[in-house]
Amino acid sequence: MNINTTTTVSCDADKWFKVGKISDIPSRGARCINNGDMKIAIFRTQDDQIFALEDKCPHSSGPLSQGIVHDGCVTCPLHNWVISLESGLAQGADKGATKSFPTKLDGETILLNLSYTLAEVSED
Amino acid sequence: MKKKLVVIGNGMAPGRMLEDLYDKAPDAYDVTIFNAEPRVNYNRLMLSPVLSGEKTYEDIITHDDAWYDEKNITLHKAARISKIDREAKTVTSERGVVADYDKLVIATGSNPFIIPLPGKDLEGVLTYRDLDDVDKMIDYSKKGGRAVVIGGGLLGLEAAAGLREQGMEVTVIHLMPTLMERQLDQAAGYLLEKAFVDRDIQVLCEANTKEILGEDGKVAGVLLADSTKIDATIVVMAVGIRPSADLAKDAGLDTNRGILVSDDMLTSDPNIYALGECVEHREQVYGLVAPLYEMASTIAENLLEGSSEYTGSVTATKLKVTGIDLYSAGDFAEAEDRQEIVLRDATAGVYKRLVLKDDKIIGAVLYGETSDGPWFFDMLKKGTNVSEMRDTLIFGQAYQGGAALDPTAAVAALPDDAEICGCNGVCKSTIVNKINELNLTTIDEVRAHTKASNSCGTCTGLVEQLMAVTLGDSFDPDAVQSMCKCTDLGHGDVRRLIVAKELKTIPEVMQELEWKTSCGCAKCRPALNYYLVADWPSEYADDYQSRYINERVHANIQKDGTYSVVPRMWGGVTNAKELRAIADACDKYEIPLVKCTGGQRIDMFGIKKEDLPAIWADLGEAGFVSGQAYAKGLRTVKTCVGTDWCRFGTQDSTGLGIKLEKFMWGSWTPAKLKLAVSGCPRNCSEATCKDIGIICVDSGFEIHFAGAAGLDIKGTEVLGIVPTEEDALEYVVALAQMYREQGFYLERIYKWAKRIGYDEVRAQIMDNPQKRKTYFENFVESQKYAQIDPWSERVSGKDKHEFNPLATLELEPAE
Ligand code: SRM
Ligand SMILES: Cc1cc2nc3c(=O)[nH]c(=O)nc-3n(C[C@H](O)[C@H](O)[C@H](O)COP(=O)(O)OP(=O)(O)OC[C@H]3O[C@@H](n4cnc5c(N)ncnc54)[C@H](O)[C@@H]3O)c2cc1C
Ligand code: SF4
Ligand code: FES
Repeated sequence: MNINTTTTVSCDADKWFKVGKISDIPSRGARCINNGDMKIAIFRTQDDQIFALEDKCPHSSGPLSQGIVHDGCVTCPLHNWVISLESGLAQGADKGATKSFPTKLDGETILLNLSYTLAEVSED
Repeated sequence: MKKKLVVIGNGMAPGRMLEDLYDKAPDAYDVTIFNAEPRVNYNRLMLSPVLSGEKTYEDIITHDDAWYDEKNITLHKAARISKIDREAKTVTSERGVVADYDKLVIATGSNPFIIPLPGKDLEGVLTYRDLDDVDKMIDYSKKGGRAVVIGGGLLGLEAAAGLREQGMEVTVIHLMPTLMERQLDQAAGYLLEKAFVDRDIQVLCEANTKEILGEDGKVAGVLLADSTKIDATIVVMAVGIRPSADLAKDAGLDTNRGILVSDDMLTSDPNIYALGECVEHREQVYGLVAPLYEMASTIAENLLEGSSEYTGSVTATKLKVTGIDLYSAGDFAEAEDRQEIVLRDATAGVYKRLVLKDDKIIGAVLYGETSDGPWFFDMLKKGTNVSEMRDTLIFGQAYQGGAALDPTAAVAALPDDAEICGCNGVCKSTIVNKINELNLTTIDEVRAHTKASNSCGTCTGLVEQLMAVTLGDSFDPDAVQSMCKCTDLGHGDVRRLIVAKELKTIPEVMQELEWKTSCGCAKCRPALNYYLVADWPSEYADDYQSRYINERVHANIQKDGTYSVVPRMWGGVTNAKELRAIADACDKYEIPLVKCTGGQRIDMFGIKKEDLPAIWADLGEAGFVSGQAYAKGLRTVKTCVGTDWCRFGTQDSTGLGIKLEKFMWGSWTPAKLKLAVSGCPRNCSEATCKDIGIICVDSGFEIHFAGAAGLDIKGTEVLGIVPTEEDALEYVVALAQMYREQGFYLERIYKWAKRIGYDEVRAQIMDNPQKRKTYFENFVESQKYAQIDPWSERVSGKDKHEFNPLATLELEPAE
């Protein structure tokens, strides 16, 4: 049997993709979106805010979508870096950033825009 | 007859001197102390935590009345000495008490400096020096209003933070352009100012107070030179201190800014020493305790006919405002012959600057992250040549010499004479020796016997790490440490309160136990989830979002984000059908690596998350269930071949292993739980290094527990021998349940057993049938809810969202 049911979506003129409903994501959890080679993690916080990050930890590319979500951050499952959901920046003493993308809610619907990132991610 | 020693002033310096003296020669002197304050000796450094409400006066007492009794010291409280008669060798108090001396120590400390401003005598103008000042500030703060603190140095800022904590509006007025300019450079001063502004404390630099305004004889406000007017109900003057030398001067002793002493700490009178902040030594006066303690030990020695010399000190400063980390030492002015190394991390709010001259550190300013302060300070004092490590110096000690980044390792690597506690000048070897000599096991004992971490307390973390290095496993900082930064409570308290208050959900725990964050963190949530699962098995709904990924999706995450799958192989026994199913799965899912684990079963690596339910479905058809190789729960039960095949086997070790695994699988435990059963003492299944092990013998089953063979290596302890297989099962299960109910999250059984005592475990499991039975029944009850194969649940569709992408985007968005 196959329980893989994914929806393929395209975007509107302003480049907003309707990627799903807020109830599709568990509170304090994440779901992934495939965008060609890139995986994007959509996070839902306890207070129902939605954030989108590339699913790639700045430390060693760990899948952030698999981490524990707490306050405005996610703790990477591989080596426990803490990444801000809003800015994609590593917190505390760790350094680095993950691309973060704008999201918005239209009622229950989550909209995602990939045409620009929220913070400039520098390579150094 | 004993010689008479009289001490004027009972502050921190003479307190230390008397300790040194009584350590060396308890019977050398008859001691009499006169103290202007109406109380015993207390830790003045800790007044700020008393002001902010974090501590009480009782918490900061250094010597209580019993101490003076026991030492036979006469302490006159509230007795200010007004006269020293050097001819007659007597001192006289304001109320007329006279005492004669053979040796006299003057330790009158210093007085807060009061700027002679109009209005300085109004009611509500306070200073910050002793407990009475703190009491007054707390009294005023109850009425609310605004406090103006004049002076942005160490004392002023601590007062400001404390008054704010007590609910007052606070303004700090500072004459210079940046705060604490004597200890900090401008950049750090700026960060500090920002931290105060963030706490809603107004900071006015380059502000000159012109007048304190009054109304009915009480403070009403402050007027600045630029005509700004600030309303205020109190004004705290914290602009500096002056050595209290008048008494000595009146007695004809040589004084300048302070009472002049030579290197042996004698004043111009050979029977009179001076000690502490009232002293001027080699043109220096000090306002921090570390140098005073060095003076104290010099005097203690010289009072006993020694010839100790005090040669001056370099000091380092820390600010004791909770949440602000600041450290400074030495000289950090810029000059041509100096180089500086600066590290800034704006996001983390960290600023570090070292000033070097001739390849030696001469100044250090650390803001935001100060753990390397003592290390830099140590090199500064020793004049260590740092040219070799220049490039990495600023990153701190952990980065040197390729050593691990682990703070404990860094502490272990410190030289013996490295200073750990700056206030008390305690070096590493002193602490280590005392721990070993006196078997010290708690931080309080170490404080009592070494003084380390006993003054300002900022080195507590270092001391704890040093204890961990010295004591290894037997040091359990968890007993005192909070679970994580979200709470002040330790694991023990949290577990107790969950049961006592019947807290049954994570939000309820966080609400009732006053969690400091809105939804916890990656440390506390998994712990709370376990405690609730263990304590309320029939009621609690497991919160998967509070589980680590492996337990959430029932597979082990790998470094590339794929997963590994380990099915149970009961007792390590398998058959052709199972092996065939595994082989088929390997082909079908193109599994890159198949490996026999150290736990007697087979691990398949490199599986994509999306494929997990499908491979589980295939394996499930062959009868496999999850091996929980990811769980803080029952892992493996290793067995050897036992009586069935082995010529030495005494019992059916394979059979018992399988029974145990079938009985106990699925149960969650504080940390992972691994068992083994060996058929004879040759012990081929390595039962004597497992969490729980059984060695079969002719007369029955010898049960072992608390072994370790991972990060630590430790042979097991024997629980006892039982005659039958049924007994073995019951005792093992009861022991596991006792651990489930008492262990702290991530605490392996060997650490738990050590913490509560092996005998306690034996007493409850071997000698108390009632307890044993209850544990056993509790385990059986909880297994009703736990023994559901998580793989088959997910094959049937549970947690679908975990394994499916939310959406797939079209690469080229359509217009
Ligand atoms: C697969 C295996 C190695 C192997 O190929 O043989 C293994 C693999 C891992 N071990 Fe292990 N351990 C394996 C047997 C052991 C053993 C031997 C044993 O069980 O008899 C030990 C020593 C005994 C012990 O547990 O103390 C062992 C001591 C550890 C430790 C140290 C635990 C400790 O408290 O000292 C860790 C780290 C931890 O748990 O924090 C660890 C952690 C790990 C992790 C989970 C590392 C991680 O966090 O990702 C590895 C997971 C790999 C995976 O995806 O499956 N593994 N590990 C073994 C699986 C056994 C099984 O069938 O379930
Ligand atoms: C709020 C605060 C925070 C501080 N924080 C730190 C810190 O973090 N680190 C640090 O190193 N230092 C700190 N200090 C400074 C430190 O407390 C002093 O350096 C130290 O206490 C001085 O010790 P002392 O024995 O010389 O004088 P004191 O401790 O001041 O003791 C002098 C005593 O003598 C009494 N006395 C004075 N005249 C007479 C007399 N004629 N007859 C009888 N008794 C008399 C006084 O009442 C007083 O009790 C702080 C000080 C304060 C006030
Ligand atoms: S020994 Fe270390 S590297 Fe090897 S499996 Fe265990 S945890 Fe991984
Ligand atoms: S990959 Fe995220 S912490 Fe290492």
